[in-house]
Amino acid sequence: MDDQQTSEEGSQSFKAWLSALWRVMAIPLAAVLLALVIGAVLLAISGANPFRAYAALIEGSFGNMKAFGRTLAKATPLIFSGLAVAFAFKAGLFNIGAQGQLLFGALVSAVAGFMIKGLPPFLHATLALLAGATAGALFAAIPGVLKAYTGAHEVITTIMLNYVAINITDYIADGPLKDTSGGNVIARTPAILDSAKIPSIGEIPLGFFLAVLASVLVWWLLWRTTLGFEIRTVGLSPHAAKYAGMKVAFTVTLTMVISGFLAGMGGGIETLGIVGRYQPGFNAGLGFDGITIALLGKTHPFGIIPAAILIGAMKAGASTMQFNAGVAKEITDVIQALMLFFVTADMIVRKILRTKAESGEKITLSGWGQQ
Amino acid sequence: MSEEILALEVRHVTKRFPGVIANDDVSFTLRKGEIHALLGENGAGKSTLMNVVYGLYSQDEGEFLVNNKVVEINGPSDAINYGIGMVHQHFMLVPVFSVTENMILGSEVTKGSSLDLRRARREILEISKAYGLEVDPDAIVEDIPVGVQQRVEILKALYRKASILVLDEPTAVLTPQEAEDLFRVMRQLTETGVSIIFITHKLKEVLNVADRITVMRRGKVVGHTTPQETDQKGLAAMMVGRDVLLQVEKTPAKPGEIVLEVENLSIEDERGLDVVKNISFEVRTGEILGIAGVQGNGQTELVEAITGLRDVDSGRVTLADEVIPFKKPRYLVEHGMGHIPEDRHKHGLVLPYDLADNLVLCTYYQQPFAEKMLIRNQQAVLENAFGLLERFDVRAPGPEVKASTLSGGNQQKVIIGREFSRPLKVLVANQPTRGLDVGSIEYIHKEIIKMRDEGVGVLVISAELDEILSLADRIAVMYRGEIVAVVDAKDTSREELGLWMAGAQPEKM
Repeated sequence: MDDQQTSEEGSQSFKAWLSALWRVMAIPLAAVLLALVIGAVLLAISGANPFRAYAALIEGSFGNMKAFGRTLAKATPLIFSGLAVAFAFKAGLFNIGAQGQLLFGALVSAVAGFMIKGLPPFLHATLALLAGATAGALFAAIPGVLKAYTGAHEVITTIMLNYVAINITDYIADGPLKDTSGGNVIARTPAILDSAKIPSIGEIPLGFFLAVLASVLVWWLLWRTTLGFEIRTVGLSPHAAKYAGMKVAFTVTLTMVISGFLAGMGGGIETLGIVGRYQPGFNAGLGFDGITIALLGKTHPFGIIPAAILIGAMKAGASTMQFNAGVAKEITDVIQALMLFFVTADMIVRKILRTKAESGEKITLSGWGQQ
Repeated sequence: MSEEILALEVRHVTKRFPGVIANDDVSFTLRKGEIHALLGENGAGKSTLMNVVYGLYSQDEGEFLVNNKVVEINGPSDAINYGIGMVHQHFMLVPVFSVTENMILGSEVTKGSSLDLRRARREILEISKAYGLEVDPDAIVEDIPVGVQQRVEILKALYRKASILVLDEPTAVLTPQEAEDLFRVMRQLTETGVSIIFITHKLKEVLNVADRITVMRRGKVVGHTTPQETDQKGLAAMMVGRDVLLQVEKTPAKPGEIVLEVENLSIEDERGLDVVKNISFEVRTGEILGIAGVQGNGQTELVEAITGLRDVDSGRVTLADEVIPFKKPRYLVEHGMGHIPEDRHKHGLVLPYDLADNLVLCTYYQQPFAEKMLIRNQQAVLENAFGLLERFDVRAPGPEVKASTLSGGNQQKVIIGREFSRPLKVLVANQPTRGLDVGSIEYIHKEIIKMRDEGVGVLVISAELDEILSLADRIAVMYRGEIVAVVDAKDTSREELGLWMAGAQPEKM
């Protein structure tokens, strides 16, 4: 009798869990579908067959093991930049600077990858990766400190610092650390040593597993540690956090540092696992995509993985679509922008779905210039 | 039998919100020229009913009659057309506009395409004369006292030809003297034929000013009565549904040594104004010091300074012989200060968190709630919550519900449970029962007195004189950032305190 009751309660709470999950996922799923539908309309208008185009997109991203591996490779840095943006969100910070932090991560990992010599493979790769992540963390500390101690709004400072990062990394790759081997004229650093490379297991890049591991760690940090409790409290109610004796300014700074660490690691993995050197342009947009992915994944570490795979698949399959269906691959950027639009303008999607706003932990980003 | 013409009749109105019935088959009548009090605890459905009458919500069932004719009210503009005017609890005035400009906002008098402020000003003077409500039409709203601002709100309704006035908790922001003034104005208005619906949860006022009383409880009308037929006790019992102690019993204080001392404290606010001026006082173990005063006379800043939330310019605070040169809240938590904050939504709770997390908001990093100050122990947090919810009688489905889903009284009990569950030397309670119902007030007052009896030094700050009078052993009155008087609670009266709160200088100190 008792057992039956417990199992009934168990299935009750499972049902409650499922419905809670549905409430969270309904909007992103609907946003993706709506974006694909409108994308199809745009494809049809431009004279292409949307079904053929989408079929090609899927073939190029999931059609075979190689395609799937390419999707995961594309998704890997995106998971990191998505985590970076989502993590900052939890403290009420909008880190638009993931792009700049990621660039520094990519560059510094490359530098560590070709300048440090004589280390065993595993150690060298780890060190190079950590160097990149630390570079991202340090670069993110700037807007963190400015926000925490002067109230300068992080949206403004991180946007500005993105330009700083782009120009500095461009200059370094085209100046002091330019690859001069074999009469090279392209702005790029020398190739990293083999010992610094992050390998693939078959078609699956090892970095992808690191990204999944990072998601789990971020989840653990946010929901299982006192630091995570402080970060979430600061994000939900800075006043209550202060009342509770938390160091709000320190927490804000630390959150930006960790966010930058994640973004920098994304750049590092891209360098050490895919590109093999730092070359300007190869990382363009990865940090900005992090914003889309964080929102699509409902700023939850486990939501970010599927969101990043989705965007990664569109990037991976875009060329196949262009080749097989004769569609400009930029259409995937349009679809991605539409997803971001619908997930942020969720009122529109709610009207269509007729669901109410979930009463979950909703973060209010602090206003301009406020502390 | 000739039928009486009623100003307003509400017939069988039901209003449902998802999960609750805010108004359940509510009926009442408003006679011409009467003051009809709508009495009930918070959440009883008074404001919902009035928002339905004013057209802000639409009812699910039932109808309204104005002058015995059924009317359809689909929005505030309909309500205004039928002569219904509303004065909200929070004034809807533009602070930087003049009285005249505020008055005509939304129904501007124009000459050609430009405002005819001169004509508007003349009309306003006429109305204010006709109803005996004096205001300076040229004064800027933010410069005039709250009581006069309220008068502007009332005139605004009259300017729109209102013959039915709805006053929602009008005395919440007034000094006792200002409230008396308001009642005088209300009586004058009824003589000119205006009918008034007076929403309140204060029993004294109802008995003082109302002609008839309708009592609501949990969305239903539980009775109609008149001041002649009942008294405070009777009304309270109707409101709560059981007998209530209006004044919690307490024994004389046994003050011990000084546990909290404030010396020459001065604070400048963000705008550079001196909001607290050279304040000194002390709180002893086993006593309750009450700080009375109308809201906005520096109490908020004073409490923030004592509790470590605000920097000060000069002066010092001593907690149990240790000078706290404005220590951070964390230090104070660890050294025996409990703080019931003024704004439970802003400071006291993280509304999207569940009760379990809110109950460890200040101690989440300590044993047993966290190991090595880093890894949280969910089990301990949950067990703590089960214990406190039961001990402090919080009515909630369980520790995992969000704080935002609780009523104000239960939210306050969560805060009290959290603060009282650790060893305290000093308790700072700022407006501990603001906006709460009679039943919760009774409970919270009992708990605070229990703390005092256990030897805690208690500082209670309240704008409600009744609260100060029923809790405090000694009373300090704050006016414009200064403490104008400190008296023994036995040696003073409501009237005297009210005068000091309004700025009168005490003869004796």
